[in-house]
Amino acid sequence: MSTATEHPTTELDRVVIRFAGDSGDGMQLTGTQFTSVSSLFGNDTATLPDFPAEIRAPAGTLAGVSAFQVHISDHDILTPGDAPSVLVAMNPAALKSNGHFVPPGGTIIVNVDAFDERSLDKAGYTSNPLLDGSLASYTVYEVPMTSLTMEVGKEAGVKPREAERSKNFFALGLLSWLYSRPTEPTLEWIEKRFAKTPQVLDANTRAFRAGINFGETAELFESNYQVRPAAHEPGTYTNVTGNTALAWGLIAAAHQANLPIFLGSYPITPASDILHELAKHKEFGVRTFQAEDEIAGVGAAIGASFGGSLGITTTSGPGIDLKSESIGMAVSLELPLLIVDIQRGGPSTGLPTKTEQSDLLHAMYGRHGEAPVPIVAAMTPSHCFEAAMEAVRIAVTYRTPVFLLSDGYLANGSEPWRLPDVADLPALDVEFATETNHVAPDGTASFWPYIRDENLARPWAVPGTPGLEHRIGGLEKEDGTGNISYDPENHERMVRLRAAKVAGIARSLPPLEVDDPAGVGGAPVLILGWGSTYGAIAAGVRRVRARGLSVAHVQLMHLNPFPSDLGDVLKAYDHVLVPEANLGQLSKMVRADFLVDAQILSKVQGSPFRAAEIELAVLELLGVDSPATTEADEEVAS
Amino acid sequence: MTDTATPTTTPKDWTSDQEVRWCPGCGDYSILTAVRLLMPELGVSRENTVFLSGIGCAARFPYYMNTYGLHSIHGRAPAVATGLAVTRPDLDVWVVTGDGDALSIGGNHLIHALRRNVDITILLFNNQIYGLTKGQYSPTSEQGKVTKSTPFGSLETPFNPISLALGAEATFVARTHDMDRKHMQETFRRAHAHTGAAFVEIYQNCNVFNDGAFEKITAKDARPDQLIPLVHGEPIRFGAEAQHGVVLDPDGRLRLVEVADVGEGAILVHDEKRDDPGLAFQLSRLAAGPYEPTPIGVFRAVDRPEYGAAMSHQLLEAQERKGPGDLASLLGSGGTWTVPG
Repeated sequence: MSTATEHPTTELDRVVIRFAGDSGDGMQLTGTQFTSVSSLFGNDTATLPDFPAEIRAPAGTLAGVSAFQVHISDHDILTPGDAPSVLVAMNPAALKSNGHFVPPGGTIIVNVDAFDERSLDKAGYTSNPLLDGSLASYTVYEVPMTSLTMEVGKEAGVKPREAERSKNFFALGLLSWLYSRPTEPTLEWIEKRFAKTPQVLDANTRAFRAGINFGETAELFESNYQVRPAAHEPGTYTNVTGNTALAWGLIAAAHQANLPIFLGSYPITPASDILHELAKHKEFGVRTFQAEDEIAGVGAAIGASFGGSLGITTTSGPGIDLKSESIGMAVSLELPLLIVDIQRGGPSTGLPTKTEQSDLLHAMYGRHGEAPVPIVAAMTPSHCFEAAMEAVRIAVTYRTPVFLLSDGYLANGSEPWRLPDVADLPALDVEFATETNHVAPDGTASFWPYIRDENLARPWAVPGTPGLEHRIGGLEKEDGTGNISYDPENHERMVRLRAAKVAGIARSLPPLEVDDPAGVGGAPVLILGWGSTYGAIAAGVRRVRARGLSVAHVQLMHLNPFPSDLGDVLKAYDHVLVPEANLGQLSKMVRADFLVDAQILSKVQGSPFRAAEIELAVLELLGVDSPATTEADEEVAS
Repeated sequence: MTDTATPTTTPKDWTSDQEVRWCPGCGDYSILTAVRLLMPELGVSRENTVFLSGIGCAARFPYYMNTYGLHSIHGRAPAVATGLAVTRPDLDVWVVTGDGDALSIGGNHLIHALRRNVDITILLFNNQIYGLTKGQYSPTSEQGKVTKSTPFGSLETPFNPISLALGAEATFVARTHDMDRKHMQETFRRAHAHTGAAFVEIYQNCNVFNDGAFEKITAKDARPDQLIPLVHGEPIRFGAEAQHGVVLDPDGRLRLVEVADVGEGAILVHDEKRDDPGLAFQLSRLAAGPYEPTPIGVFRAVDRPEYGAAMSHQLLEAQERKGPGDLASLLGSGGTWTVPG
């Protein structure tokens, strides 16, 4: 561990750091490594990558700024932080587009070399903010990152232009010193990552060390800081992003169900990482198929399910639109299918790299005809694992397509995750039909593909099974035999059977976990959230309670069907507040189902809720006129 | 042809209990009969046979076969079949499609299934019209076609399905027609035996909306002079006395000739195994439409690794290299730390 010799070390209970730079500056890499080291050190962490859709927008422009926010703490945290206490700005554009996130009194560390006239101009500054006093309310550290990096790059023998590219490692070194991060894991990581290019490895290592040395020796910083490890529950931990946890959850579920995975997918942001992750794990019998388009991705998954695989398709935004017809077919075929939707800003191409929760009603209703599909939503990055397993359970038990909703925030965000004991993972029993299931009056035995079990699920009879040959399709089928039927009474019966099957899933769900210290109905306000708003809502709830006020919280993982007790829980509260990253989709659903006056708290800015926004909305409902708690207040309070 | 070691079935075994509901006189009946009669000869079992289809008249085909079947949605059958075929290499997967289904709404899936060389047999019933929606022009209808949706004649250049399949890197490309059961069966037999994607265009008469579209070349008395049988390794000749032939001119073009005029030695010998699909493509362009001498039979049949087998091979390799998947090591693969109890 690097500790300053002459600087005092100040203890912090937490810090929120935001790294911002050009798309080509490696800010995501820097932030990810800083997080990883902090997790290994034992802190609780939560991250918010925030990058543009363009791979490399023109250098130095506002459009090209890529940022990574990480919250590290010595106690359990729920969000990547409302506001950064420290901003690292690699150029003027990064300062311009991220400076406003830092509350007055915060710290800004700039790469002063990048603040030349041309770069200031490109970022739209008419005067240099480092000189014009506009940053007076912040503590600003001006560090010549580019020139110091180029200096050590020269020693590594790399060309000046390439030497300059190591400056993110300088920043990583400086911040590692400033927050007393262990250096060995980062040095090892650099060595592994750049093993194939020894010169780059050398330059990056030197830049990283130069950053540490600069912190130690420059008479710039009054002290450095320490954030002690959090008191995590005993166990083995790893740091996961939502997309990785989701992919692992799919593999685990297929393993428990003893089914091979077939993923049909077309590359799309921010879902592609699930395809990448699954493609790596062929030893689990995972087949990944990069299809010619979104429709082929889901179509092939349905074909694989027909053949007895666990058919999965992953996508986002526009991909869901394209898959709708095929999902309707899967409703009619009554075969297991998983549709993973990593929601992003819409409509149309929308905001490909920004988060939103605006596909709920699409998942619910986005097909022609009466086509019910169960919906499961993940709540945190690591919860994507459990949500994936639950979605697979429903798909294979009820022979139905299932929507698994995640979003850009969960997909790319990460947090420490206490690994489950593999032996404790729930078993998933899947049985293929092997016998005929109908006897005609004349005694002939035959197989009817639409005879249902106690869950109203039809048999999964896979090709290759002698005597069970049958035909299925998208045309309406006769109840039982599965033969084409245009009979009006039969159609209504089939529509109702499919609806009842999905509604019946509620019987397999545990009672809701209502977070209300006074017991259900005790608090004056219930916050009803779903999916990725979990962290912000739970953090907001803590703040409200820290004021001595009461508030209850329920976070839904099952959106269709709702848990059976949801109506009773909602009706136990005077006020129900529904925060959603859309214009009010869950609130419409609960209003329609339960006739409750659910209040909408909307946010559609491509970024997750802040705890303060939740807190303020509750205070308003309670009639308390007060500014929201800031993280600085909380630090003082703790 | 029947292998004694394989299941013995009769055409009746392959016939489902569902009433066939195509229009009386439809060319689809003769194709269905050809397939039902062929299946026992292939020595395959019903439970390992799957017919998949999209939407259209032809797409009802799976309901009439007593096998596993999936009547999917418009244009998507090659995609659905891809998922099934690559995960179940033990199955015989057939795709039945039409000119609208395969070449219009499903064009993308068709070309990519062919390019990947997925182990499926595709029967494209080409009747040059939309039948199920009652008579609109299709992507294979001749330019100027007057239909309900083109009362002043269609403006579009039609696809040549054989050219399209060859351009899509297909490894097996053939054409047959609904008036010749024997030729259909021999073509289907070859297609079924092919490893990888096999594409068969079947000229099929729609007697309600496009009657007689192929009559000029498929009527019994027209066939000798209008159908050019392609036989691997044989000179390309046709006519009652094999008096006509095809030559490759020095300028690289194919030309129809009288054998007597050029001599037997000058006639082009058909080679379905040529690496270069150029000659097969030229043969597919020999006739401008089904009203002049048109090649039938196998245009191309070459070997290329089959997609599903290649995918399975990667799985086996991974399992050999890493051992069977272990969940605990997967979850720990991103680096872990331990908080002691």
